[in-house]
Amino acid sequence: METKGTKNAAGRMVPTEINGNPAIPYQGVGKYIPEGNRYAPKTSSSANYPLDGNKQIASLKEALQLAGLKDGMTISTHHHFRDGDLVANMVFDIVKELGVKNIRWFPSASFPCHTHLLQYLEDGTISHIEGSMNGPLGKYCSEGKMKKMAVLRSHGGRYQAIQDGEVKIDIAVIGAATADPFGNANGVNGHSVSGGLGFALADSQYAEKVIVVTDNLVQFPCFPWQIQGNYVDYTVVVDQVGIPEKIVSGTTAITKSPDRLLIAELTAKFCELTGIIHEGFSFQAGAGGTALSIGIYFAEIMRRKGIKARFARGGSNKYLVEMLEEGLIEYILDGQTFDLDGVRSLRDNPKHVSSSPFTSYNYHCKGNFAGMVDVVILGATEVDVNFNANVVTHSDGYLLHGIGGWQNCLFSKTVILPVPLFRDRFPVIMDEVTTLCGPGELIDVIVTERGIAINPLRKDLIEKVQGSGLPIKTIQELKDEAERICGKPEKPKLGEKIVAAIKWVDGTVIDVVREVESE
Amino acid sequence: MIVSSGNRGDAIRSDCYVEVSLHAATEHSIRIESKVKSLYGKSIRELCLKVLDFFELKSAQVFIDDKGALPFVIAARLEAAIKQMINTDKEFLLPVEGSEFITGKEMKRRSRLYLPGNNPKLMLNAGIYGCDGIILDLEDSVAPDKKYEARFLVRNALRSVNFYGSERMVRINQLPAGLDDLSFIVPHSVNLIIIPKCEHADQVKAVDRRISELLGKENTDIHLMPIIESAMGVINAYEIASASPNVVAIAIGLEDYTADIGAQRTNEARESFYARGAVVNAARAAGIQPIDSVFSDIENMNALAENVKQSKALGFAGMGCIHPRQVPVINEYFNPGQDEIEKAQKIVNAFEKAKELGLGVVALGSKMIDAPVVKRAQSTIKLAIEAGLINENWRESDGN
Repeated sequence: METKGTKNAAGRMVPTEINGNPAIPYQGVGKYIPEGNRYAPKTSSSANYPLDGNKQIASLKEALQLAGLKDGMTISTHHHFRDGDLVANMVFDIVKELGVKNIRWFPSASFPCHTHLLQYLEDGTISHIEGSMNGPLGKYCSEGKMKKMAVLRSHGGRYQAIQDGEVKIDIAVIGAATADPFGNANGVNGHSVSGGLGFALADSQYAEKVIVVTDNLVQFPCFPWQIQGNYVDYTVVVDQVGIPEKIVSGTTAITKSPDRLLIAELTAKFCELTGIIHEGFSFQAGAGGTALSIGIYFAEIMRRKGIKARFARGGSNKYLVEMLEEGLIEYILDGQTFDLDGVRSLRDNPKHVSSSPFTSYNYHCKGNFAGMVDVVILGATEVDVNFNANVVTHSDGYLLHGIGGWQNCLFSKTVILPVPLFRDRFPVIMDEVTTLCGPGELIDVIVTERGIAINPLRKDLIEKVQGSGLPIKTIQELKDEAERICGKPEKPKLGEKIVAAIKWVDGTVIDVVREVESE
Repeated sequence: MIVSSGNRGDAIRSDCYVEVSLHAATEHSIRIESKVKSLYGKSIRELCLKVLDFFELKSAQVFIDDKGALPFVIAARLEAAIKQMINTDKEFLLPVEGSEFITGKEMKRRSRLYLPGNNPKLMLNAGIYGCDGIILDLEDSVAPDKKYEARFLVRNALRSVNFYGSERMVRINQLPAGLDDLSFIVPHSVNLIIIPKCEHADQVKAVDRRISELLGKENTDIHLMPIIESAMGVINAYEIASASPNVVAIAIGLEDYTADIGAQRTNEARESFYARGAVVNAARAAGIQPIDSVFSDIENMNALAENVKQSKALGFAGMGCIHPRQVPVINEYFNPGQDEIEKAQKIVNAFEKAKELGLGVVALGSKMIDAPVVKRAQSTIKLAIEAGLINENWRESDGN
């Protein structure tokens, strides 16, 4: 693939064209300001829809045909069902059956259950994926086998790309635990509950055709209507939209690893001693085991000091719900619900509020919630001596994770990455990250089991930890120690071909993923 | 002949499995399967060649199934395999790193963490939990068919892993096999050797003698901690505790002890009340530290805390840990409490004052203070300082 390239503001070579469309190189944090109007789909008219509100179609196949499915279209699906999702596989089985080719799949995230779609990448049913990739899909893309360049975006960036018209969705297929024939839908009732449906919000508003798929059709009105039927073209009932036990994914278990617990405890202690945990503060922790256990240590500190948080943002789970019910948190702003306790609370507790990438993260609107959060605790696969971090690729160059809300959360007042110094023999702290996903100027603190490094830009934090007894080191010291233990790594051999572009929150290209030469 | 060493399988991390054989070609053939190949493939190959050359092998065929093993692990696995094939006294030793730390006879030994001697994964971070000692175990946690290769791994870990100031202990096998373990340990910066299933003073003396032979001088460097695990051991506890000036502590192992006396081990531990008392008594009589058995329920931290409180009340100075999460609990409850520290401070102050005034008798208020009480107060203060609970210059800062 011949691609025109240029060096962006982060010093990375990036293409100025992606799959034939112009791409803007990253210009720095807050530097790129778009002009012009938002994209809008065609105006629809109620005259074209049944007056009795019944938009039910007999099968998903018919609905896709009515939606005008044809070669080269963009189909979007969502990851509310996580690894229990049956909808995306169902959609592409039909696309294949109808002999339609070259579809751009635009999921909000993909999971191991979507390995089923590998065959459709191979036979040309799907031309490429714009969304997260891991496991076999990640391997396929990393080894340069995908026909076109993949594009990875944050949750907020996905919303922005839809608003920009950078990604025009032809057909959005939204799986929901409950819906009515008009298309009102939610994820909190029924047997395939997933919590909120926020990741499908933009798709419902901007796609040309919207199909709601459910296995629990109720009589109008389906309430709450997390997805509004007024945006929906067709509703379809199927036997099953998701596998309930897999919707609640394994990432929501508290870690038992003593190393990770130690890192979590140290992170919480840092937040206590620097006064980040204070009356009325707010926090967000990711979904990994380490992040979850940080919540538990936070709760202990808050209880001991009689401190309440105004709100917690992000994925909700049993532990966060317990804090809400105990009165340690006043509100949960829920972006993604990880377990049944989260679903129950979201449904029943008015202080557990569903949020979306629009409210939380979206960059092309009049502000968002991300910057109001006092502290976020996130993961990373690699961090470099300039505090730059990688969250999408492994050190061997293979795609491993999506960006999720990670980039968007970097705008929080304090960003902490608790990471081990090394995983097996993979150093986590290094000279230069394999793939740049987050610029170091937004990343404040790295907590490892062997010490804490504070970004020199955060003079306030450096001052606050003096005399605290916390094991403060420089990032360079941590890197040296990682190398002393693991040895100095070679640079993995990567090809010239660009297999994926990494977008920054504003839609510019911050870095690329290059082909891994498979053995 | 194909020889092998190490561990393989999906659950294995930070370890490797190696196979070595000799073949008729003119040069070595090395095949490496490794999850870190893109970062360390070259250096693994170089290390492998270095080891082969060191043992003067010509044309070896080597297969390494690597799951992110560090160089000290790869070297140990290769050496253990090669030495099943050839007879040599040579040892492939990597430079000593981060283990220059020397431990005193009376250092705090509240917590000591057991690490299976053939599992490198658990060794790498063992030093970060704040335990007073780590035990590289060659005895019960190593399967019989892995005993041989574990010696190489433990030797290399002693040299290469930084345990950040935790006392470096090795538990050797029950004698007489344990005597053969010593050459793998003694020259490689070990601080303390644990002698399991100790029943007689002679066993301690035998270990001490062998250590002196290996050191080429009378042993004064390496501490000993016999574990008493039988009725006979309890009877001989004082002789064991005073068998050598290098014995700094005796421990009790209750699993084997309760089996030996024909009792069930219970949480209330009434069945071992006598034995624990006897061990504490013997240790204190010999002027060394009594150390309690491990607590095996790793999920229940409240029960552990109760156990530690009882243990401390009986006079023990520390206990074993089988999981890193037990370390902070054990450290905390073996630390002197606030009341204890304040009382000890008053006693030490009174003692120092009496000394300054040249008085032969120490008094606190109207109460006379005896020498053992002063001594206990001093060791409480020492522990409190070491644990960071009070400042080293507490007397000055208190204005006393």
